[in-house]
Amino acid sequence: MKEHVPHPDLPPPITNVGVIGWLRTKLFSTWLNAGFTLLAAYLIYLTIPPLIDWAFIKADWFGDSREACTSGGACWVFVNVRFDQFMYGLYPAEEYWRINLAFGLLVLLAIPLFIERFHHKGILAAVILFIYPIVAYYLFAGGSFGLEAIDTSRWGGLTLTLVLSGVGIVASLPIGIVLALGRRSKMPIVKSVCVVFIEFWRGVPLITVLFMVSVMLPLFLPEGSHFDKLLRAMIGIVLFQSAYMAEVVRGGLAAIPKGQYEAAEALGLNYWKSIGLIILPQALKLVIPGIVNTFIALFKDTTLVLIIGLFDLLGMVQTAITDSNWLGFSIEGYIFAALIFWIFCFGMSRYSQSLERKLHTGHAR
Amino acid sequence: MADEQQQESTPAQAALWRRPAFRAVVFQALLVLALCMVGYYLFTNTLHNLEERGISTGFGFLSLEAGFGILQSLIEYSETHTYGRTFFVGLLNTILVSGLGIILATLIGFVMGVARLSRNWLIARIATVYIETFRNIPLLLQIMFWYFAVLQPLPRPKQSLSVGESFFLNNRGFYLPSPVLEEGFWLVMVAIAVAIVTVVVLARWAHRRQEATGQQFHTVYVSLGILIGLPLLAFLAMGMPLSWDYPALKGFNFKGGMVIIPELAALLMALSIYTGAFIAEAVRSGILAVSHGQTEAAYSLGLRPGVTLRLVIIPQALRVIIPQLTSQYLNLTKNSSLATAIGYPDLVAVFAGTTLNQTGQAVEVIAMTMAVYLTISLAISLFMNWYNKRKQLVER
Amino acid sequence: MKKIYAIASAVALATAFSTTAQAGATLDSVKKKGFVQCGVSTGLAGFSSADDKGNWAGLDVDICRAVAAAVFGSADKVKYSPLTAKERFTALQSGEVDMLSRNTTWTLTRDTSLGLNFAGVNYYDGQGFLVAKDLGVKSALELDGASFCIQAGTTTELNLADYFRANKMSYTPITFDKSDETVKAFEAGRCDALTSDQSQLYALRIQLKDPGSAMVLPEVISKEPLGPVVAQGDDEWFNIVRWSLHAMLNAEELGVNSGNVAKMMESKDPNIRRLLGLEGIKGKGLGLQDGWAASIIKDVGNYSEAFERNVGMSSPLKIARGQNALWNKGGLQYAPPIR
Repeated sequence: MKEHVPHPDLPPPITNVGVIGWLRTKLFSTWLNAGFTLLAAYLIYLTIPPLIDWAFIKADWFGDSREACTSGGACWVFVNVRFDQFMYGLYPAEEYWRINLAFGLLVLLAIPLFIERFHHKGILAAVILFIYPIVAYYLFAGGSFGLEAIDTSRWGGLTLTLVLSGVGIVASLPIGIVLALGRRSKMPIVKSVCVVFIEFWRGVPLITVLFMVSVMLPLFLPEGSHFDKLLRAMIGIVLFQSAYMAEVVRGGLAAIPKGQYEAAEALGLNYWKSIGLIILPQALKLVIPGIVNTFIALFKDTTLVLIIGLFDLLGMVQTAITDSNWLGFSIEGYIFAALIFWIFCFGMSRYSQSLERKLHTGHAR
Repeated sequence: MADEQQQESTPAQAALWRRPAFRAVVFQALLVLALCMVGYYLFTNTLHNLEERGISTGFGFLSLEAGFGILQSLIEYSETHTYGRTFFVGLLNTILVSGLGIILATLIGFVMGVARLSRNWLIARIATVYIETFRNIPLLLQIMFWYFAVLQPLPRPKQSLSVGESFFLNNRGFYLPSPVLEEGFWLVMVAIAVAIVTVVVLARWAHRRQEATGQQFHTVYVSLGILIGLPLLAFLAMGMPLSWDYPALKGFNFKGGMVIIPELAALLMALSIYTGAFIAEAVRSGILAVSHGQTEAAYSLGLRPGVTLRLVIIPQALRVIIPQLTSQYLNLTKNSSLATAIGYPDLVAVFAGTTLNQTGQAVEVIAMTMAVYLTISLAISLFMNWYNKRKQLVER
Repeated sequence: MKKIYAIASAVALATAFSTTAQAGATLDSVKKKGFVQCGVSTGLAGFSSADDKGNWAGLDVDICRAVAAAVFGSADKVKYSPLTAKERFTALQSGEVDMLSRNTTWTLTRDTSLGLNFAGVNYYDGQGFLVAKDLGVKSALELDGASFCIQAGTTTELNLADYFRANKMSYTPITFDKSDETVKAFEAGRCDALTSDQSQLYALRIQLKDPGSAMVLPEVISKEPLGPVVAQGDDEWFNIVRWSLHAMLNAEELGVNSGNVAKMMESKDPNIRRLLGLEGIKGKGLGLQDGWAASIIKDVGNYSEAFERNVGMSSPLKIARGQNALWNKGGLQYAPPIR
């Protein structure tokens, strides 16, 4: 009787799980892939360690003059010393609380909007859109209620960036809606006027618009009319932005099925009622991510006001790095500004993406 | 009352002012009237103000002598030329930087967009980091960063980094040898033209043959051969009628050769890296929009991955990508006006800057500048719409 | 429909507004606003620069302050618009600023086709060159083929072109919007020389990390009379700005300064009494209160005080009076008499 000798076990398949499996499938699946991986790893090795070394390990953080920067790495002392100016511009230090209060209020008001179970979002949103700006204006500008008046030429830094982009987006939304409705109108003249308006503002660079409103606007108006420079920059930004907003809203309007329009008409609603009660609520919900995206674009574009002599965050940084006491720290200044912008923009774009997923309901075609 | 009305065979006419058609006419008439009033109001104000302050008007200034120098010009320009000439110098510089920017941004965008979907984890991550970083930082900041923080600290001309005494890099620019065409080079030009025509004809023929018989032809290799071979033959036949002009340090600066000035380089880098990030996102969303079944079907037909990407995925993805690409190209062109922040002599910096200042005719100059951007925008979107339509027709 | 009403009412309102606006109303509108909107540079030490609290100071700023003192009796009623060289004339033409005091050169073109009026000269200057010492250049004539950092939209741009054309030399211009950027580029070695008005060169040199590493070449290639500017079409305002400057010069000539102006009120010298508004035409012709010149001197000082404080020997710039001395001390500054 021959004893049964089993075949020797086959070697186990090369693992597809665990660390090694992950490495195999994700990094070294083919020769070409492996080559890419090694190349990328080498590039990372070349750039990241020196960067970390410069930005953190060899960096100087505290002090009050350039003498504090001795370690040869980044000199964050510079940013540290100028931090208040980067945030508040030339606003008087003893009045910073007003800016803090205004933004704190906004955050407090906005929090319930993100809570699912909160039911009065409409009212709250109306408060934020219509009442809050007035409160914020009085806080910023002062001049009444016992607050010291602060000239707009002293507004600056991140505050100005936020004010400009906030005003830009809030004011451009209604204009954008009207333009979008106009562009979809059946009346030929209304339609062409809206098309021309939208395409004009979308076709010219913001910088020429800002130049026009900042130094040429009084030329078109009767003699002696005088606006604040900041206000004029805002007018330019709002006009420019409303054209982009109109295109976003138009996208939302186009996504509403024709049946909705017809149903509204069948119910006997007139144009404004059917738009206001049926179409817009649905369309605006659809375009919230789009609005957030235009807001991001606007937020970045506000840096252009530095070219017309307003000092937003980048403008403040640019002034600070030409200070003869701090020459040679431009990289630190730019990186700091970039970081602030990045945090805001990245945060908002993530929020818009998550909204997009949440709003991905039956409406979108 | 309602019953009575329903009895009637013809519906009751609503009052005239309640009819939609009438309302539309009135509304539009009012709109036109209001617009005319606003327009007239602005126009008269401007005219009055201009006259009041003794500012010259009209376009006569365009033929006056400019009297200032410009850093970079694609056409012949010196300070004795006219203001009108400065317009074209600026315009060409704008077109140069936008054109190059569009090409570079498209390249970066496509590579990064595909890389972001790569199955290689590391590559995909790097692409993601690139996109998310550069998309979320203001362009103006990036331009300034490249110019003031990266390019200006490069060594000075005397300490230039050089490769083989013919390429030099310093903070005045990147200097490289420029070709000098000698007598007889015309034949090479002719050869290039002939080669291009041949290749086009060949490609058509190969395509028709493949449709008819199914036989494939190695168009790519043969075309490459013709494109390189024919001019090369002509070049050798004429006794190599080409020499190189090498840059050399003479006095303060390098003379001779070609130079890419740092202003152009910084602007180009910032524009293409920034826009590239947006294009990468467009490419990614376009590819993701093509259903996976298409890839599987292509594989089951036996197509290799590269061919699948080229012949199946990309053509379908392009339909999603192109509209987004159009708006990115437009943005890039408009954003090139930020050149003024770093002194690159584009249209806004030269014409709407120095020329405006020397002549003081802001209205005319700004109107011309805006007209240029509007025309460029219109041209790009018209072209893209046409292209888009052509692509869309393929769809069944 | 609402849009229509809104537009229509806006138009109606604006037309109503426009009919009330009259020519020559700058003084009225300034008085109504309560401040003088003054265009200054975006930052040039000694002439107009803001400290990190946003307070402006400088020789050009002092002209703005003098005008405010003349109009309101207080030199602080000024708002400043920092303008780049490129923006300045458009801002003035459009009425965005009431006056421009921004080291602006007086030329024929600007006086005529740009629609400007130069109210006088508060600084006589000339264009020069700033070079790094290690370049080893001793004269501007050795600069053939060099590249120059300049500010866009200035007469500097034109003079540079003229100078090199006249001397048959070649050059590369690198133009920036702001003087800060010009200095930065020069410091980084983007250009071989920085060219600007001589006074500016000294101001810009102290912005360098090591001011000793750069030197100003001896050549002066142009005449640059710098002064305050107003828009054409309002002679009353033009006179106010012009005579505010002249009051400062006359005060120096007569030995009146901010320290002794109170005591000078008792002076018997008819010239001083006319200057201080105690007799003669006083403020009538200008439409100002009688003590207009006295409040300029009280708040701002006379020309010599302003000069020494901002650009002279007691400032970091250490510029000698030179051709900016009074006419009776060998300089060019000469103000018509107040009578």
